[in-house]
Amino acid sequence: MKKIIYFDNAATTNVTPKVLESMLPFYKDNFGNPSSIYSLGRDAYKAIDKAREDIAKCIGADKNEIYFTSGGSESDNWAIKGVAYTLAKTGKNHIITSKIEHHAVLHTVEALFKEGFEVTYLDVDSDGLVSPESLKNAIREDTALVSIIYANNEIGTIQDIDALAEVCKDRGVISHTDAVQAVGHVPINVKKQGIDLLSISGHKFHGPKGVGALYIKKGIKLGNLIEGGAQENGRRAGTENVAGIVGLSVALQDACDNMAKRNEQLIKMREVLIEELSKIDRSRLNGHRTKRLAGNVNMCFEGIEGESLLLMLDAAGICASSGSACTSGSLDPSHVLLAIGLPHEVAHGSLRLSLSDINTPEEVEYALSVIPSIVDKLRSMSPLWERIISKGK
Amino acid sequence: MNYSDKVMDHFSNPRNVGEIKDADGIGEVGNPKCGDIMKMYIKVADDRIIDVKFKTFGCGAAIATSSMATELIKGKTIKEALNLTNKAVMEALDGLPPVKVHCSVLAEQAIKSAIADYYQRQGLDPEVFVGEILEHCDAHHGGCCACESINEK
Repeated sequence: MKKIIYFDNAATTNVTPKVLESMLPFYKDNFGNPSSIYSLGRDAYKAIDKAREDIAKCIGADKNEIYFTSGGSESDNWAIKGVAYTLAKTGKNHIITSKIEHHAVLHTVEALFKEGFEVTYLDVDSDGLVSPESLKNAIREDTALVSIIYANNEIGTIQDIDALAEVCKDRGVISHTDAVQAVGHVPINVKKQGIDLLSISGHKFHGPKGVGALYIKKGIKLGNLIEGGAQENGRRAGTENVAGIVGLSVALQDACDNMAKRNEQLIKMREVLIEELSKIDRSRLNGHRTKRLAGNVNMCFEGIEGESLLLMLDAAGICASSGSACTSGSLDPSHVLLAIGLPHEVAHGSLRLSLSDINTPEEVEYALSVIPSIVDKLRSMSPLWERIISKGK
Repeated sequence: MNYSDKVMDHFSNPRNVGEIKDADGIGEVGNPKCGDIMKMYIKVADDRIIDVKFKTFGCGAAIATSSMATELIKGKTIKEALNLTNKAVMEALDGLPPVKVHCSVLAEQAIKSAIADYYQRQGLDPEVFVGEILEHCDAHHGGCCACESINEK
């Protein structure tokens, strides 16, 4: 079988053997319900308790501020709807977010907008950064919540979350950040950074899919999203995904323990990719040059369309992603690429390579040996490219 | 995206890619904003399309439908080519995902546009033979935001 090179770690990651091993007992012998009174149940409860503590340590939180969910989307929904509905009762019905959020945030605030909430979408600069000044200007008397993505899933830009959270704190507004791409990849300390709510997803750092967490700072009031039993201190019902929670904590600890060393390796590979791919005529890097995730490369190649590029990369054994309209099932290219100011026709030709510690310099070298010729091949049959170069002459 | 084997075949090994330098008709449809442009070149002799080439900027389905459409009209009379529907192109490719149907519409329109150009060069009114051509975004049923804003202008 041909070897597959997986350069789509921002989409999801593999579960490491160590993480899988940590999970298996909770599907087999220790299958008890954490709410049960007997020892089988108590053991499961203890495992969750330890996972909660370990996760809290990784992000500088207290144990009782970590609430387990089904993943990043639920965490985002809960944080935003929970605060919005709670504060609406006090007359605050304005939400501020950015134009480059994940759909889990964007579609949640859009749903709230339809219910009568007011929403401000902050612009970003050409690197994808939200300016604290623009946030300051957007906050109103009736602002309930600010939700800004910590590190962007497409272009990898890392926000100055500390400065944004400080603006919120000064104005007494609750701050939420979708940190799904950041947790385990950049150092986070919610207390020092002044973050009120933070979303975590397990499968972005070699943990399992279908499990995540929401950090809720002590004292922050937000309504429940899922009603039922008394799990998660009565704030999120449903029998706990014990194995998933254990896997999440083991994966996160690993990610945090080895962060500096791993990022150093990833940045080396990232820089080679950026430097070499930038040599392709009429290409551009999207996202901030340095304030970006260690494993993120996002490039546009003018005159070609992203989906074709992905299909050809797939034929060459490389899994990658694109902000092209065609991959999303809509006809518009990525809202993130449009928000950083790219014209539609350029945004259609984007390629995201997202690396993790499963990738090697040899894989990078191989990718660099095939990408330029694929771009050439697609350009040779593109009437748009023909137009671009005839204009350039 | 679930593409049929035929779509993947025509994407991976597109037939009739290129240009015809002394083409008798050239048609171009689509819009870079929407992410697809198809350009078709035809060579006509005795009312028959004796050669056809294409260049396409677009997704896998756009390239595959261009390729299949050129195969379906090569050697056919102009009348036969004008009767080619997007549905026939789709069927020949064993179907397209719903969000990609507009690509087959573009392919049909690209052929019509090339034939219209041929008639124009003959000094004939193309609309009589070809009818109206959906040159840009109209081919996108429902359209994309970029197209809608263009159409509104």
